Amino acid sequence: MSAFEPSSSQPGQSGRQADRVTSISRFLLPVVVLAAGVLGWDLVVRLNQIPPYVLPSPGAVVHTLIVDWPILWQSLLTTLLTTFEGFMAAAIGGVAMALLFNRSKWLEYSLFPYAIILQVTPVIAIAPLLLIYLPQQTAVVVCAWIVAFFPVLANTTLGLNSVDRNLAGLFKLYGASPVQTLRYLKLPAALPYILGGLRIAGGLSLIGAVVAEIAAGSAGAGSGLAYRIAESSYRLNIPRMFAALLLLSVAGIVIYMLLALASHLILRRWHESALGKDS
Amino acid sequence: MAEPAPNSFDSSLQADTAIRLRQVGKVYDNGVKALGPLDLDVRKGEFISLLGPSGCGKSTALRIIAGLSAPTSGEVRVAGHAAVRAGQSIGFVFQEPTLMPWATVHDNVHLPLKLARIARVDADRRVGEALARVGLAEFAGTYPRELSGGMKMRVSLARALVTDPDVLLMDEPFAALDEITRFKLNNDLLELWRGLQKTVVFVTHSVFESVFLSQRVIVMTARPGRIADEIRIDAPERNEDFRTSAEYAAYCRAASIALACASDPKVAP
Repeated sequence: MSAFEPSSSQPGQSGRQADRVTSISRFLLPVVVLAAGVLGWDLVVRLNQIPPYVLPSPGAVVHTLIVDWPILWQSLLTTLLTTFEGFMAAAIGGVAMALLFNRSKWLEYSLFPYAIILQVTPVIAIAPLLLIYLPQQTAVVVCAWIVAFFPVLANTTLGLNSVDRNLAGLFKLYGASPVQTLRYLKLPAALPYILGGLRIAGGLSLIGAVVAEIAAGSAGAGSGLAYRIAESSYRLNIPRMFAALLLLSVAGIVIYMLLALASHLILRRWHESALGKDS
Repeated sequence: MAEPAPNSFDSSLQADTAIRLRQVGKVYDNGVKALGPLDLDVRKGEFISLLGPSGCGKSTALRIIAGLSAPTSGEVRVAGHAAVRAGQSIGFVFQEPTLMPWATVHDNVHLPLKLARIARVDADRRVGEALARVGLAEFAGTYPRELSGGMKMRVSLARALVTDPDVLLMDEPFAALDEITRFKLNNDLLELWRGLQKTVVFVTHSVFESVFLSQRVIVMTARPGRIADEIRIDAPERNEDFRTSAEYAAYCRAASIALACASDPKVAP
């Protein structure tokens, strides 16, 4: 055995090196692709002398971003507020509904099909109706909620049903009350699933907010980022469209990263998903 | 639901009986007869094993004693079960450690006391004692995933002991462990039993384990699970000497033959 030891330590070392190379390239490669894309975009615009109202150069987009910052910033805040309200409603509503379904099979059988119908009906088709019946800001939040709540509901339901049977038996043996079982067993066991649902819901509530804003914008009101995009399109202010789009993408990425970070921090002590490969 | 068998016994247990089963049977909803009818008396402080092939209903019997599953017929009595709040008088160790992965070792052992709403100071002392008893005092703050299989099982044992139950029910607790760890835990379990004088019902499919641990081995038949034979193990000292003695081998041989007869009546001598 000892004769093999020196050689067997080598794969370990080169393995660690390979890991480091992998982690660097995972960060570096997307940046390289982005730089190449921006460069290519710039070249296409320059070489073909495309006018800015057809396709603005990256520089023009950045310039617009800076010049129009006061307007875009206000719009970003509006959209983010809508997203946040929709997300919170989805998180609370989805978890609460899953808990109700878990308590009562009858309630689940009665209501679950409608939750699915709400999910599969495209929100862009519902948004104009909601704008007729509800005040504008409420309608927009409701749209964000409709899109985002189903993943929370579905994931929480899955999590609540995935409780270890023996642990449930143990709680029964020790005479746990329903509230104790919920608090000390079901919710902690479902937490990884709930957090997974929330991660999806974060991005979806932004989409819901944008869709509703566009629908509302065509009705002539609102000042969110999506409304700015629609408005800029009517005015052929293409650079501003790109700038607003850029802000929306960044907002989506930041929302996702924040939720992933929260999930990691909450689960890091015990859940497989948050642990390194070796631990 | 359980219906009392007429005239089988009066509802109060004799002073030295810890568990009494009378004509206990279990039929599943799909009509499969899983168990019984089963008659069994376990004395206070006795260590018995239920030995049988997989799927013979021995785990079902254990779950019925624990109250986790209702018998379809017959009656079950566990000393103090009706008087004290459920769970206080029974400790249960599952085949898997069945720990909450999100809670530390301390919190896992604390669970039964928390569910019984026992004051924090008192509970912490008892958790500390239970962990010390299984040799895990310095692991109170770790999470289950950081422990080895044997250590997880010890935590599970500490959790079962923390309420100071009269009866300890163990459902093939060491079946998934390696042999070295199993021997160690067998020895530790016997030591705990001698020290605490609990009534232990130990379910296993290992002849060697059942003979080494118990005072009485109950051999069960395959579906429906019935008692086929009963072997009394009259060995005062259970240690490594006993494990390698001719006496132990003879008991194991007797138990193996009884088990073979129970599994397949045709091989009966």
